[in-house]
Amino acid sequence: MLGKPNAAKGGKKRVISPTVWPLYIWTALFVALPLVYVVTISFLKKDEIWGVTNQFTLGNYLSLFDPVYLKVFGQSFLVAVSTTALTLLIGYPFAYFTAKFSPAVRSFIILLLMAPFWVNSLLRLNGWIILLKANGPVNELLMRLGLAQEPLKLLYNGGAMMLGMVYALLPFMITSIYNSVEKLDWSVIEAARDLGASPAKAFFTVTVPLTVPGIVAGCVLVFVPSMGLFFISDLLGGAKSLLLGNLIKNELMQARNWPMGATLSIAMLLFTFAFIGIYKRVTGEKTLGGIK
Amino acid sequence: MPQSILTLQNIHKSFDGATVLDGISLSVEAGQFVTLLGPSGCGKTTTLRIIAGLEQPDEGAVILGGADVTRLPPEKRAVNTVFQNYALFPHMNVHRNIAYSLRLRREKKDVIDKRVEELLSIVQLEGYGRRMPAQLSGGQRQRVAIARALACDPQLLLLDEPLGALDLQLRRQMQVELKALQQKLGITFIYITHDQEEALNMSDLIAVMNGGRFEQIGSPEDIYERPATRFAAQFIGQSNILEGTVKQAMEGRAQVELCPGNFVTVNGDFAPGERIALSVRAERIDYGNAAQYGFHLTGAIKLHSYIGGVLRTTITLPTGQELLITGANPVSTYPAGCTVQVFWDPAVAAVVERGRAQGAR
Repeated sequence: MLGKPNAAKGGKKRVISPTVWPLYIWTALFVALPLVYVVTISFLKKDEIWGVTNQFTLGNYLSLFDPVYLKVFGQSFLVAVSTTALTLLIGYPFAYFTAKFSPAVRSFIILLLMAPFWVNSLLRLNGWIILLKANGPVNELLMRLGLAQEPLKLLYNGGAMMLGMVYALLPFMITSIYNSVEKLDWSVIEAARDLGASPAKAFFTVTVPLTVPGIVAGCVLVFVPSMGLFFISDLLGGAKSLLLGNLIKNELMQARNWPMGATLSIAMLLFTFAFIGIYKRVTGEKTLGGIK
Repeated sequence: MPQSILTLQNIHKSFDGATVLDGISLSVEAGQFVTLLGPSGCGKTTTLRIIAGLEQPDEGAVILGGADVTRLPPEKRAVNTVFQNYALFPHMNVHRNIAYSLRLRREKKDVIDKRVEELLSIVQLEGYGRRMPAQLSGGQRQRVAIARALACDPQLLLLDEPLGALDLQLRRQMQVELKALQQKLGITFIYITHDQEEALNMSDLIAVMNGGRFEQIGSPEDIYERPATRFAAQFIGQSNILEGTVKQAMEGRAQVELCPGNFVTVNGDFAPGERIALSVRAERIDYGNAAQYGFHLTGAIKLHSYIGGVLRTTITLPTGQELLITGANPVSTYPAGCTVQVFWDPAVAAVVERGRAQGAR
């Protein structure tokens, strides 16, 4: 009897309570199993018309290095990096000044930020289409103000796509940074000023380093989905710029090349893991620390 | 006349309509150890923040080394602060924390390294340069905060309850060290505390603060022996406040009636009929069979309690007021219940209020 608590302390025998079994079963069925399935078919050959044969091949992975695919990877990466950079540039000041308001005002701003999430994202994107279309309110306004002679082509280009991406992902950046800024000990910034730092110097030598966990968490939360989002580029970008997300969707739905779709998915997954690995390295955190 | 390094002129400050500082003025000489002493919320931290430039006064001026710095930002003032919670930069090691102000001044690396080593030895933390603040004890963090604030040789060092978070033993030790450091460096210290022992122990000058005003500014001895206001008397040490009416006024002395038949002698010039309040320290009061100094004050001993080192005696006066007396003798010859004559040397009593309206209590 005496030995038992010690054994438990050592943590060797971990008894899994029956109450968490459903969780494990769920994860096994809906996460692990599909993943195994995707990994498996990524190593199989495509069948003539539909589905896969049971012939093993590394060919799918080799064709990742096909210039066509590499170009899409590059383009997606570029879009993801620009989206991340833009959301950071807009999100940091937003989060910073929000955190400086009184608690009541703060929670109201965060509520406003979250409110659009109650509406389906496709609906919200269609809202942008209405705003930006040739005879939409934005063009109308520009012409009334004399800033445009004829309706500008605001939709179905890279700009509209970037707008959609930033719009969709900005709240993730803001909330991550906000959580970091809110936890800041402002007396530390006062100490920097007291020791001779100008407001800008204090910001870059103290505020920014202390909010790095929030910045990095926000970047991960924006970068990772922006690699895979396909419907924004479909709807607003007019499918002109093919992104990784669109490519995977096309391989699966249009080209009916399941093995290639699976291979691209795995490649994206690994790429994302690498990114999260960098995050952990930089912040030394085990979880996405900026997010509560 | 010694030069004043810091002058506060009639500083007013309010936050959201609530007055925090209500016209304070102070003049500090170079090399002095000045303490702002008061209860929490009395405005002492706000005063310090205004001197540092972290807050702007609504009215009044801050003169530092002869120049008006009222509107200067904190980074332009030759003043450094040791913050209450130390406010060390958690992402920098001890060396980088201390070197922060030197690096801002773009000093050469070897100059910085030498200065940091020197400061670490001043605060007795040699070899701690590579540690992170989180790896230090409270006392060590406090030393780092002091070293960091001293790095650029400020004219004035502001310390906001720097010992507040330390345990009693360490507090006492740091009090001695801080005082020694201040004397060695010859820097003017402005020190905030709500601990009277700390204030009396370390200061050259104490400013007793209450409700956004200075109640009294003086040497520790002045403050303790000659409190100027009721608040100053009650906040520091164990005081008895007695109120009475001047019955008989003579040259330099008066007989003050506390209640019919009970008179005490008070030094000073008063007009008959004047209401005054006296402060007498618990350890200055004596009692016995025969009154002295022309007193006629009887009281009944309520209880004695030995509190280690001193015997604390409570005596009930005919007015119903209880007097608190401390004596060095651990046993009293008068047991509880005895009626005794109470008296003190009129020279040790301080008049803390006068001229109040008849009948006011």
